[in-house]
Amino acid sequence: MRLLDYDVLVIGGGPAGIAAAVKASELGLKTLLVENRERLGGIPLQCIHPGFGLHYFHEDLTGGEFVERLIGRLERAGVEYLVRAYVSGIKYNSRLEKVADVITRSGVMRVRARAIIYAAGARERHLFEIGVYGDRPDGVYTAGEAQTLMDLYGVLPGREVVIVGSGDVGLIMARRFALEKAVVRAVVEILPYPGGLMRNVQQCLRDFNIPLLLGHTVLRVVGRRRVEKVVVARVDESLKPVPGSEFEIPCDTVIVAAGLRPYIEPLLAMGVEVDESTRGPVVNELLETSVPGVFAAGNALLINDLVDYAVEQGELAAEGARVFIENKGVTGGRWVRVEKGRNIRLVVPHYVSGERSVVFYARVQKPESDVFFEVPEAGFRLFNYGVRPPEMIRAFIREDKMRALAGRGSITVRVVPR
Amino acid sequence: MTAVRELVCIMCPASCTLRVNVNGGGLRVEGNRCPRGVEYARQEVVKPLRRVMSVVKARNGDLPTLSVITRDPVPKECIWLVMEKLASLEVEAPVEIGGVILRDVCGTDIVATRRVRRAATSV
Repeated sequence: MRLLDYDVLVIGGGPAGIAAAVKASELGLKTLLVENRERLGGIPLQCIHPGFGLHYFHEDLTGGEFVERLIGRLERAGVEYLVRAYVSGIKYNSRLEKVADVITRSGVMRVRARAIIYAAGARERHLFEIGVYGDRPDGVYTAGEAQTLMDLYGVLPGREVVIVGSGDVGLIMARRFALEKAVVRAVVEILPYPGGLMRNVQQCLRDFNIPLLLGHTVLRVVGRRRVEKVVVARVDESLKPVPGSEFEIPCDTVIVAAGLRPYIEPLLAMGVEVDESTRGPVVNELLETSVPGVFAAGNALLINDLVDYAVEQGELAAEGARVFIENKGVTGGRWVRVEKGRNIRLVVPHYVSGERSVVFYARVQKPESDVFFEVPEAGFRLFNYGVRPPEMIRAFIREDKMRALAGRGSITVRVVPR
Repeated sequence: MTAVRELVCIMCPASCTLRVNVNGGGLRVEGNRCPRGVEYARQEVVKPLRRVMSVVKARNGDLPTLSVITRDPVPKECIWLVMEKLASLEVEAPVEIGGVILRDVCGTDIVATRRVRRAATSV
């Protein structure tokens, strides 16, 4: 077996992984990037709509344009990468030696690295995870599958569509089907508010007169060979179906847009600690997991709504890898735990050192207007006109403010009314 | 004659709910938190604009499709005309990002948003 030595192995060739590999290489680290699909690019490769890169490139790009720019940087930086390369397992030998077996078309190779940046993205939730019962005929796709079929391979998956879930991918696919003259019968959302950005509700649904059924759930799919209809019901405040409110919507296709989950099985096998609210690894401010020298970024860390954040996390993890390799470990004196306060559903990172600046990523539990996002112990507050669970809050807190926290046991992140 | 329309501003994530009062030639906007809301409401009421994106067939490409977009936003009523023009379009690989695929559609060009290389072996 071929044995290769690197400072950093980056797993996953989407935006976070590419950004991590470019940055690590710029920091002078010998870096290898591996991607299991046949092309670099990850999710945005199949995203033909604009809205990418407003923060990072200060331009409104489509997904394809965005990743092509990142790939251009990777190639100019001369970073080594492999596609169609699958990491079958990662082993922790010692603090500065992790070993990954990588299956490629030219055989299996063993990669020895001092640090690993894990950026393998997310998987889509499916019907069995959201309590939709009934038949499983042809015609049931996840939103990402439908997007791949339509926008990479040019295949229309169906003509009469019901979309389950109103996250951004569901909304974007509703418009995509409508533009191809398929009939979108309804977008069904169990919560009382849309899962995606309001601008997408406007430009993807209202523009095309697509009904949005808030507070409704699909009870079951019906069809023998192909989907024939779905049975829908209204839900009460505890999200339970209201008896007697059932009705049917005829359709030949069901698109499941029920959100994403970080794909972290290889990290679980290494024993990393997991956050039940992000479903991703527990990390410090350099995005290092509970396994020393193993970092996480992008949707494998937490589900991002903007690609810009995934890229930022990739670069941060690369900086973390540099700190780790130079100091044979990430120093943190005594780590300060980050607690979830009022109206916070999730927050990353989970531990801070009080020695460095920190980027917090957080989501709220419920929508609220005119609020402050606060870290009171750091004397930090950020005004926000409106917060909604689908829109991640990002807050950068400078090193000097963070230094005030050193020595504390924990700090609280919260959202409070003005 | 007065008409009131409710819009969601799409200029930023604040997503203000705008109430637009159209009175003859005049226009009054409420609910906006910044001047961009007024600008958006005016455009949306007078002449709503959208960018249109789709994919077209790519011959001899490493992918079977090329993704495209209208370089500039087009009037909303032009969306279907753009889609119709794209439906029958085929391009020959390779194509670079930004390449013009079709000129002068609804006052703008259709441009490529994906790099499609020529396939190593033709299918």
